[in-house]
Amino acid sequence: MNSKIVYLDNNATTPVAPEVKEIILETLDIYGNASSMHGPGRLANAAVSHSRKAVASLIGAEPEEIIFTGGGSESNNTVLNLVFSDIFENTGRDRIITTKIEHPSIYETVQTLETKGVKVTLIGVDGKGNLKMDELEEAMGDDVAIVSIMMANNEIGTILDIGEAARIAHSCGALFHTDAVQAVGKIPVDVKALDIDFLSLSGHKLYAQKGIGALFIKKGIPFCPLIHGGHQEAGRRAGTYNNTGIIALGRAAKLAEDQMEQEIPREQALRDDLKERLLATVPDITINGDQEAILPGTLNVSFPGAEGESILLYLDLEGIAVSTGSACATGSLEASYVLLELGLGPELAHSSIRFSLGAYNTQEDVDYVLEKLPPIIKKIREMSTL
Amino acid sequence: MSFMDEWVYTDTVKDHFMNPKNILSDPDYKEDGKGMVGSMACGDQMLVALKIENDIVVDLKWKTYGCASAIASTSMMSEMAIGMTLDEAYHLTPEMITDRLGGLPNHKFHCSVLGDKALRAAIDDYLERQGRENTFKKSVAKIICECKGVTDQQIEALVQSEEALSFEQLQEQTGLGTVCGKCKNTAKELFDELLHIYGH
Repeated sequence: MNSKIVYLDNNATTPVAPEVKEIILETLDIYGNASSMHGPGRLANAAVSHSRKAVASLIGAEPEEIIFTGGGSESNNTVLNLVFSDIFENTGRDRIITTKIEHPSIYETVQTLETKGVKVTLIGVDGKGNLKMDELEEAMGDDVAIVSIMMANNEIGTILDIGEAARIAHSCGALFHTDAVQAVGKIPVDVKALDIDFLSLSGHKLYAQKGIGALFIKKGIPFCPLIHGGHQEAGRRAGTYNNTGIIALGRAAKLAEDQMEQEIPREQALRDDLKERLLATVPDITINGDQEAILPGTLNVSFPGAEGESILLYLDLEGIAVSTGSACATGSLEASYVLLELGLGPELAHSSIRFSLGAYNTQEDVDYVLEKLPPIIKKIREMSTL
Repeated sequence: MSFMDEWVYTDTVKDHFMNPKNILSDPDYKEDGKGMVGSMACGDQMLVALKIENDIVVDLKWKTYGCASAIASTSMMSEMAIGMTLDEAYHLTPEMITDRLGGLPNHKFHCSVLGDKALRAAIDDYLERQGRENTFKKSVAKIICECKGVTDQQIEALVQSEEALSFEQLQEQTGLGTVCGKCKNTAKELFDELLHIYGH
């Protein structure tokens, strides 16, 4: 196995930042239960409060509006399950509206809720992944409890118009949630300006570790916990505070806030360079997703005639880590539902590769990919039935 | 830490993936029989071209659009089939190929199924070009539904001709699984696999 690793799968997960690693090691012995009144408890509580402020600041929220969770999937599940809570009792609101390109923690959760009697409406996207606003507007009604629209898509990087979607949801009295797991830390997010009621974020997508996330709950918005059994998070999420995870997420949030301004153009320049030089060196490829409103580091490319898992594994043998929308990589026979939803034919979906650049990628990484990838595509296409 | 040293597949799969054997690269290759199965839409497609002398496979070249397992199993299949009699080649099974590869993960098994199917399609084509009777077809038929005596080849023919594109249609036409019903699960798996292979 090649010892060189060029990691271009930051939308799947990010490495832990050295600054975050440092604070994890420094604070590993903060063992106190943050709910305890004694010294060790107060120390833990102070650390948790400090992190809560950092996370709130990153998205323009108040600290009391943030609760910590076990990750993005828990945050998403918590909000969608509100449909069964007292909040909507006797309101006649029993429908959830979401999109056809959500992450499985939304997509599969609403499918499960549907079997329990919840009505679900799925809104489509255009060829670039932008929400069909007219479809959303038409779908709205007095029976809608929650509208949940992702802020940025994990596979193609398209940034959706959340402000407009929130406005439409609120005009019918529905609550508005956004799964912002791919956006927070990568692009500026302001929950007040966007008028969001709930927002999910995840630690391991912004250089903290796995197993920690947060949920923004707008002040004054009715809420009901998913996990019961303790008064933590002001009764909004039971479970002893995850000191280390929370401290790490706080540090990562601060880091993201401090560095975003220079990081966005830097990642964008690397991504654009990769895109332009791929277009110039590899014949017959297509770029997927909205190239204007897109996450700075995400590049999704289809290489017709070359199957995605093969590309992924040849790149892996060269130490390059990417992901694919091909069915073969997942063990199903279906290609990525997101790419199919954009209207890409199955052949283009099976041939797709997602490069997601992050804070630790360099020009050297991009040059290395451009050295290794074109001959790989040529080799695969030569043995292809195309 | 040595976790990284373990690759997704066995060393043999890796070797055949990195250096696939017997790829068809000559556009003027004069084959005696040719077969293609699968479809790009389904994510894998295979083409096998054969040269036959005295009923022995003297050369085999292939092309594949597919994943690592598909590439490796076609490559391995090509090495195994060269030198075989038509009879032996026709009875090459996916299990024989995956055994030689040191195994494939369960969900990758279907990738190896296309290789031997393409090989059989190429032999069928050869016999047809020669105007010879195809006696092999019957010899590899496997009874799926004992009650109604339905074979895998009958099912395959109905899928191939698009006469049965849903399991219900298949049952209407063959009566499969309508008596004791115990073959239904096996039949359904085979049917889905065939739909995939023929790109429906």
